[in-house]
Amino acid sequence: MSLTISRAFVDAIVEQSRAEYPDECCGVILGPVGSGKAERLKPMVNAAHSPTFYEFDPKDLLALYREVDDRDEEIVVIYHSHTETEAYPSRTDIAYAGEPGAHYVLVSSRKEIAPAIEFRSYRIIDGVVTEEEVSITD
Amino acid sequence: MSIEVRIPTILRPFTKDQKAVAADGTSLTALISDLDAQYPGIGDRLLENGALRRFINIYINDEDVRFLGGLDAQIKDGDSVTILPAVAGG
Repeated sequence: MSLTISRAFVDAIVEQSRAEYPDECCGVILGPVGSGKAERLKPMVNAAHSPTFYEFDPKDLLALYREVDDRDEEIVVIYHSHTETEAYPSRTDIAYAGEPGAHYVLVSSRKEIAPAIEFRSYRIIDGVVTEEEVSITD
Repeated sequence: MSIEVRIPTILRPFTKDQKAVAADGTSLTALISDLDAQYPGIGDRLLENGALRRFINIYINDEDVRFLGGLDAQIKDGDSVTILPAVAGG
């Protein structure tokens, strides 16, 4: 298992996490259904506006799933940032992970490692977290 | 009365992988009860202690049921119901 993602998307997600700091940022990357390819980046609003929690607004969530269906896409990546902790799924991340087919990407921009960032990817299925390799393409 | 209910990936193991199923009910409570009768166990994934689970979203047409009276929300012929897990975490 691994995630292949473009450098441009990694940079955009890191940039979004900095722009929304100290709140967590979030979003998805979509791809053609069945392809598993991360092709279309779609930043989402963190309706929780919180440094320790993120949640897609329920209305945005419905619109997202409708759009994905209409375009014959699937959610390939669900990402969010951790602003004070490492890029590893928290207990709530694991409890609420509802897309067994998605790569869950965590980016951490916590101060201790600045200006470096962590960018890691996981599968979260039935409460079990499995880290996977991230390969970044130019 | 038959209502189309769209099922998210995570609950499809209950519905033999069907993306949409038909269920009956004039209120959300009745609809969930019918779903659970057809697909045992699914009700427990939607409800907790008799209330809607916080991180499950249910919509009637385009509206979040939380704005329609929650479990008392009325459903009429031709409505469609969509269930989506929240995308959320810490």
